[in-house]
This record gives sequence, C-alpha cells and structure tokens, in this order.
Amino acid sequence: MDTLNALVAFLNFVFIPGLSYGAQLALGALGVTLIYGILRFSNFAHGDTMAFGAMITILVTWWFQSLGVSFGPLPTALLALPFGIAATAAFVLLIDRVVYRFYRRQKASSTIVVIVSLGVMFVMNGIIRFVIGVDEQNFSDGARFVLNPQEFKTATGLAEPLAIKTTQLVTVVTAIMVVAALFWFLQKTRTGKSMRAFSDNEDLALLSGINPDRVVAVTWILAAGIATIAGTLYGLDKSFKPFTYFQLLLPIFAAAIVGGLGNPLGAIAGGFVIAFSEVMVTNAWKKIVTYLVPESMAPDTLVQLLSTDYKFAVSFTILIIVLLFMPTGLFRGKAL
Amino acid sequence: MNARNLILFGLVACLYMATGFMQSWNLSLSILNAALLATIAALGVNMQWGYAGLFSVGTMGFTALGGLAVVLISARPNTENWQAGGFGILLALVLGALSVAAAVFAWRALAKGRTRALIVAAILIGGFFLFRAVFDPSVTAVEAVNPQFAGNLGGLGLTSLAAWPVGGLLAAACAWAIGKTALGLRSDYLAIATLGIAEIIVSVIKNEDWLARGVKNLIDLPRPWPVPYEVDLQKQAGFLDFVASWGWDPVGASTIGVKLLYAGMFGLVLALVIWAFERALNSPWGRMMRAIRDNEVSAAAMGKDVTGRHLQVFILGSAAIGIAGAMMTSMDGQLTPGTYNPLRFTFLVWVMVIVGGSGNNWGTVLGGLLIGWLWLVVENIGPNIMGFITAGLPEGAIRAHLVGSAEHMRLLSMGVILLVVMRFSPRGLIPEK
Repeated sequence: MDTLNALVAFLNFVFIPGLSYGAQLALGALGVTLIYGILRFSNFAHGDTMAFGAMITILVTWWFQSLGVSFGPLPTALLALPFGIAATAAFVLLIDRVVYRFYRRQKASSTIVVIVSLGVMFVMNGIIRFVIGVDEQNFSDGARFVLNPQEFKTATGLAEPLAIKTTQLVTVVTAIMVVAALFWFLQKTRTGKSMRAFSDNEDLALLSGINPDRVVAVTWILAAGIATIAGTLYGLDKSFKPFTYFQLLLPIFAAAIVGGLGNPLGAIAGGFVIAFSEVMVTNAWKKIVTYLVPESMAPDTLVQLLSTDYKFAVSFTILIIVLLFMPTGLFRGKAL
Repeated sequence: MNARNLILFGLVACLYMATGFMQSWNLSLSILNAALLATIAALGVNMQWGYAGLFSVGTMGFTALGGLAVVLISARPNTENWQAGGFGILLALVLGALSVAAAVFAWRALAKGRTRALIVAAILIGGFFLFRAVFDPSVTAVEAVNPQFAGNLGGLGLTSLAAWPVGGLLAAACAWAIGKTALGLRSDYLAIATLGIAEIIVSVIKNEDWLARGVKNLIDLPRPWPVPYEVDLQKQAGFLDFVASWGWDPVGASTIGVKLLYAGMFGLVLALVIWAFERALNSPWGRMMRAIRDNEVSAAAMGKDVTGRHLQVFILGSAAIGIAGAMMTSMDGQLTPGTYNPLRFTFLVWVMVIVGGSGNNWGTVLGGLLIGWLWLVVENIGPNIMGFITAGLPEGAIRAHLVGSAEHMRLLSMGVILLVVMRFSPRGLIPEK
C-alpha cells in the first residue's frame, strides 16, 4: 500500500490532463451553446472556427517570435490572442452578413441552416488548409513546466513524478477568466440581459424593443472570441493540426448536449463530464492499482478499459445515454 | 423527363467526353466509376433527406461498413488465425451482444426505480468485463499468427459480388441501432449521433487488426465475378485477336475494357436503385413520407407513425450507402481505412444531393455525376490554374506555397458551390416535382 504515490500518479495522469482538456471542451461547448441559444441552430462550422482562430493566433505568434517579442515564461501566443480574436470575429461577422442573415430573414428551418453551416465549414476548412497547410504546427514557447517532475521527485522523495505543464495551468486559468467574464456579461450588462431575453423568448424580446441585429452580432463576436481562445489553448496544450479540430466537433457537441443545449452552465459541466470520462476510461490504471493493492495482487495487464484510439466512443456513449434517458440534458436546455 | 433535364445530362456527358478526348479515356472512366458509386450513395442520402427530411451525416461510416463486408465475405480465410482464437472472438462478441440484450430485457421487465438502474448497470459492467476477459486473449492469439501478411481472421473466400448486398445489410443493421436511439428527438441529434458513429466505425476498422488488418491495409481482395484481371486478358487469344483487328494496343485496351465492365455493372446497380427508389417515391408510401416531411404534426394527427417511418427510410437509405461502399472496396481490391475521410465520403455526397436537387432521384444522379467529375478534375487542374494566376508574382516561397496548396482549393470550391446553390437555387438543378 502506497496511497501517496497512487494519489500523485492519479493527479499526474488523470486529474490534471482531464482538468485542462475539460476546460478546452467546456469553452468549445460554450460557443456551440451560445450560437444555439440565440441563433437556434447547431453550428457544424464551430470546430473550424476554433481552428481558424488558432491559425491567426499562430501566424501572429510567429511574427512576434521573429520580432523577438516574448511573454517571459508564458507562451507568446497569449499576446497574439487578441489579434486572433479580432480577426476571427471580423471573419464570422462577414460570414453572417453574406451567408446566415439571408436564412434568418427568411425564417428558414434550423436543419437548412445546419446544412448551410456545413458549407461554411468546407469554406473555412479550405481557407485554413490553404493558408497553413494540413501538417502539425508547433507554436508553444516559454517555460515548459510550472512544476518540474524531476524537481518534484527530489523535493518530496516520492517515486512518482508530478508535472504541471505551463500550458495546462494557462488553459485552466484562462478558461476560468473567460467563463467568469462571460457570466458577468450575460448577467450584469444590458446587452447580456437582452441576449438572455432574446434566447428565452424571441417574440417578447423583439416586442420590448431589443435590436435583434445587435444581439446576433454580439453573439457571433462572443462565440468567435471563445472559439479562438479554446482553439489556441487546445493547440498549445496538444498540437495544432486542422483535422483534429474537425474531430473535436463530436466531444464538443456531446458536451453541449449532455449539459443541455442552449444552457451555458450546462456546457461547462458537460465539458468536464466528457473530458473526465474520456481520460478515466482510456487511462491505463496499472500503475495506480499496483500502488494500492498488496504486491501479490499486482495486475500484469494495463488495466485499461478502452484503448485511446476509441476515445470518441466515450463521448459517443455518454451522448447516447443522455439522448436515451434525458434528452434535455443534465441542466435543462432548450431541447424538443 | 423534359428537354431541359436532357440537356443538363447531355452537358455532364460532354464533360466526361471532353476529359476523355483532352486527357485520357482511362482517367475519364475512372472518374465515371467513382462518380457512379458516389451517386448510389447520394441516392441513399436523397432518400433520407429528400424524401423524409432526415439530416444524417454518417455516410462515411456506412460506406466503411460496406467495405468491411467485402473483407468478411471475399477475403481469403486465414485458417491458422482462426484456429488460434477465431472462436474465442466469436464467443466474446456473442457474450457482449447477450449482455446488452439482457440489460435491455431487465430495463423493460423491472419496475422503475433505483434498483432497476443498479441492476442494468451491473449487467452492463459485468458483461463488459466478461467480454474483455474472453476477447483480449483471443485477439492477441489471432494477431500473433503471421502478422506480416495476415494476423487477421480473413473472410469466407466467396465472390465479392456477394459482398454487395451484405454491405447493405451491415449498414442497415447499424442504421437501425442509431435510428432507434436518435430518431424521434430533435433533428440535430440524429446529425450528431451519425457523425459520432461514423468516426467510431472507421476507428474500429483502423484499430482492430484481427478484423481487417487495420491500418496495415488489406490488399489482394478478389475482383467481383465477371471482371477479369488485365494481365489474364492480355494473354487471351480471343481478346488479342479482337484488339488487333481494331488496331488497338492490348495493354491500354485491357485496362479500358475492365473499367468499362465496372462502369456497366455499377450502371446496372444504379439503374436498379433508381427504379426501386422511384417506385417507392411514387407509391402511397412515398406520398406519406413527403407528407411527414412537409408537416410532421399533421401527418401524426392523421395517424401516421412518424418515428417508425423515419426509422424505415433511414435504414433503407443507409443500406444503399452500404452497397455503394462495398462496390467501391471491391473495385479497389483493397480496404485502406486511412482513406476514409468525412469531407469526401460524407459531405461531398451531401453537396451532390443539394446541387442536383433534393427529393428528386434524377436530380441526385445529375448532381452525383457533375460533382463527382468536378471533385476529381479540380484536383488535377487546380495547380495549373493557380500557376497561371500567380504567374505575375515573383518566384519565391509565397508563390510556391500558393501553387503547392492549390489542391486544397477543392474544399473551398465545394463549400462555395454548396452555399451558392443553397442561397440562389435551393431546389437544385432538377427540382422536385
């Protein structure tokens, strides 16, 4: 029995990765849920919006790096983030003007708008591949660790290392700041309140003089901002590869639906539910179990429920369970 | 079919002819074969979307299931691998299915409450561990035998023609399971669920080496029954005499002959599918489907089982996609899971349906042949066009980058085409009557 080492291994391999991945998914799902709540369609282009924002941020980061600008121990990408957000917001506003506005005025059915968002996804994906290519890009810099595994081992004398990467800390802190700012905005400001009113009852909101164009524009800007932040954080933490952002659509949508589509609080909860389930199911528990059980009972297999290749199956299974048993999600969303 | 539609089909035929005359007939026929297969899949999507208004984006998964059927039916059986653990794997799969069935049964039979939830969860978790306990050692044993060339169970060794309907059946079974859970809820849920199942099917095929060798690819699948191999054809006296009498080159003539034969077979299947789908569309069933699509509430009020009909149409459409997937793999003669890409196998098919005219089978055929041609031709001429556009730029990194990434232009162009058609001609080239 070695509870302390088991706990450290749990933190290192399950809790910390799950926390930062959950924060990324929560931000992604927040964007999806915002669009759903106000514009009332599932935006299939959201994964590529994240990739687009991350791409602009990467390009600006490279430019900064070539100028010799740096952010000390923090990644330079954080300095480039405002530029990425501005460019992405401008881009989605342009797309809304050229593409979505027409369908909104027509009051087209949500399925039609979803198909249109597929077209937008194609266009964005094409632009991304055209500009930055399909390969993996590395743009992370600054200090690698906040908590160095080697130093942790020598300081505590434990056999298990505990590492906290700078990107993981940055991810969690940024996500908390973004979520706090978003909730403050939605609850306290006049525009935020009008957005909630619009989402709750569109006709009543229009009747009380809320300007729908303004609400829609603010929604797009917020969604683009959150998407850029989510995309950049994901890229910093894992790596930037355009196709992985398309594949993130499934866990992001699963998170939004699990939490209840249209419900921002639910999106955050859903993000962490999906992320922790994914990490726990695909983690190899051998090390942790070995510390906890007597030596004679130590497992000789990996004690892994599913191989990491099937991580999508986890979000899918959770999605199916939610669809079967509580289609409106954990927190009551706008379903049905 | 009126004159306008005939002209449209004629124009598309001209595109293929032009490719044949200006580039090569070999290329033109390859594009045609790929487009015919995509068209069959597009007819399946049209049935789901055009007839019933179901939004499913799992086309890639059903295509891949069709491809898997070809392996299961027509690949060489690997006897040694079977003996190593084939029956263990089968037993594990049966056990897994039984525990799911037991869980469903328990859910239905027991009274609602916490006890039921606990019992069902216990059955599922116990079943999973039982499944893994039997499955894992058998898989290790199977994959250990001859891993360089086999390492999988192999198929039944039958003709790959038999795999076509089996591909349809596999896709239909999968569609049933998805439809049962996701239909009857809001329409976007079906889209997300099918998006997920498509990714999962492809990752199963990629990772389960015992099944179809995973990313090591399974090559040397036999050709479907009447299609000969080019090398055999080139040895046949009758064929050589025939070619000589026309003054053709035997090598070129044999490849073109094989491609023509495939085109004929695919055309035949396409014709059968169109005939069946048109019959369905113009029957009371088809009218009911359109009534449900146009107004679910009033159709339900007239006593129509909306969810049941949706399930039916979803299964039928998916079966057509599975058949197309099986035909594709049997033409390629290999299963390469790495090539299944949602942009090409799902969203391109959607572009075909929308551009052609959703709800109209002939429109879908036109869209399939047109977009299928564009997709493969833009790949070829894209770099040339970009080279022409950038001719004024100085030589250097930027110009090289632009020309090099021109192949990605086709995603952009497909997206723009989809958006333009949705905006200005939402009923497509040949609108529904």
